[in-house]
Amino acid sequence: MNLGNSWIIAIKDLKVIIRKKTIRYTIIVLPLLISILFPLVIKFEGNKNGGIPAAVLPGLLNSFSFFFVIIAALLPTPIASYSIVGEKVEKSLEPLLATPTTDGEILLGKSIAAFLPTIIATYAGATIFMILIDNVTHSTLGYLYFPNWTIGVILLLLAPLAAVLSVQLNVIASARVSDVRAASQLGALMFLPFTAIYVAGEIGLISLDTNNLLIISAIVAALDVVLFRISTATFRRDEILTKWK
Amino acid sequence: MDLTKKFGDLTAVDGVSLRVEEGEVFGLLGPNGAGKTTTVRMLCCLISKTSGAARIANYEVGDDADSLKIRKIIGLVPDSVGLYDDLTAYDNLDFYGKLYKCTETQRRENIQRFLKMLGLWEKKDVAAGAFSKGMKQKLAIARALIHEPEVLFLDEPTVNLDPESSKTVRDFLLELKKEKKTIFLNTHNLDEAQRICDRIGILNTKLMAVGTPEELERSVTGRKTVIQLERVDEAVLNALKKLSIGKMFKDDNRITIHVVDPGKENPAIVRAIVEAGGNVQSVSVLGSTLEDAYLKLVKETK
Repeated sequence: MNLGNSWIIAIKDLKVIIRKKTIRYTIIVLPLLISILFPLVIKFEGNKNGGIPAAVLPGLLNSFSFFFVIIAALLPTPIASYSIVGEKVEKSLEPLLATPTTDGEILLGKSIAAFLPTIIATYAGATIFMILIDNVTHSTLGYLYFPNWTIGVILLLLAPLAAVLSVQLNVIASARVSDVRAASQLGALMFLPFTAIYVAGEIGLISLDTNNLLIISAIVAALDVVLFRISTATFRRDEILTKWK
Repeated sequence: MDLTKKFGDLTAVDGVSLRVEEGEVFGLLGPNGAGKTTTVRMLCCLISKTSGAARIANYEVGDDADSLKIRKIIGLVPDSVGLYDDLTAYDNLDFYGKLYKCTETQRRENIQRFLKMLGLWEKKDVAAGAFSKGMKQKLAIARALIHEPEVLFLDEPTVNLDPESSKTVRDFLLELKKEKKTIFLNTHNLDEAQRICDRIGILNTKLMAVGTPEELERSVTGRKTVIQLERVDEAVLNALKKLSIGKMFKDDNRITIHVVDPGKENPAIVRAIVEAGGNVQSVSVLGSTLEDAYLKLVKETK
């Protein structure tokens, strides 16, 4: 595999994607909203009835942190949909497939194009989130809550794995739909399992501590491998030109 | 050789065997659904063949290792231009130049050369999405040529274009022909095929015939001799009926006779008319056209 080809494709996709207003706003607004909203909730709750007890805060903050996994799973959806279904709709896949690139190189290039902005936006949002949370919880906790192992596992392990999972799902979905919106809707199904974990954490069914996050990461990594195999089998030029809708 | 593609029970291309020489412009003529695009896609290693064999240069179509080498030496203009509308004309070509591993200098020079040849240089910084259909088609041709391929495949390059744009594209192809570029052209435009191609293959799932446009025209029997008379009467018609000639039609004072060899048959026809008292004003021979050949061959497969 020639990684240079994948990189050329990724850069081209990023050039195209950056010109799409809806994608640009989604990538910027969603992480920014979460990174500001949760610290504001903590701050305003803190101003009422003596504030959130120090013993409750870590669990709550871990749950909030998990939202960046959901963001990492959501953001690749519009990008990957445009990157693959968009090319399919604009019929630009055929000339691309006629170049001396392998299916794997094209798929990797498109995955990088969906992955990079997602991770950059997630990390940027998480950085703002950590700074603001530390600012509003320092007086209650008496120490800086972030950075810690939990957010470390979330940002360095689980969020990238969730983003990869989302990209793979979008590739598979792209083979079955013929417009970007439908692909985005299918890809957005990624929202459900991670939101279910978040809700389970919020209502105390599971604890979103470092150990459990590592277990979830291992499961997501295994799913990544399975979906990677399916997506590479789906993304074959013969299939794309003759069987894709 | 014997190139075949089946999609389930449907045979899209059935045992096509042909050879295109280096520097030749070969046209594949056929109606919609004849298998022209499928043939090109197989040759460009975009889809697999069901059976048969094909070679481009010395590389085997269908062999995984050779597929990449084939794609390196060919250029494809698909039936849909498939440009990146958000990218400028220059960026569209530059992207493909990079994928074909052209150096920066090669890319810069070739982009300038082809955009100038196609009259698009002034629009190099305009997004392709703002281009007209004709301009997009020209840009797609430039894209296919950016790496100076040995073989250029064009799938219906003038379909849906206005006459002026079609002419520009055709003129450009004639320029490439002068440069001895090997071109494989899919078209159902007979006039275009006749003007551009050295040889033509008529495809309707099976390859019905291959030859130069003149050879194909000659392959159709049924040339016509048209005789204009001052007056056509019963005596003239009876005299002609006595000759062993093909079908005959009378239209006012004109008689049209189907002939196989006008050089041999016409003197006898004229002599018979004159002897019957007819006054011949003019004699002309209508040859069969590529259209006749095409329609006849396509009809035969139905």
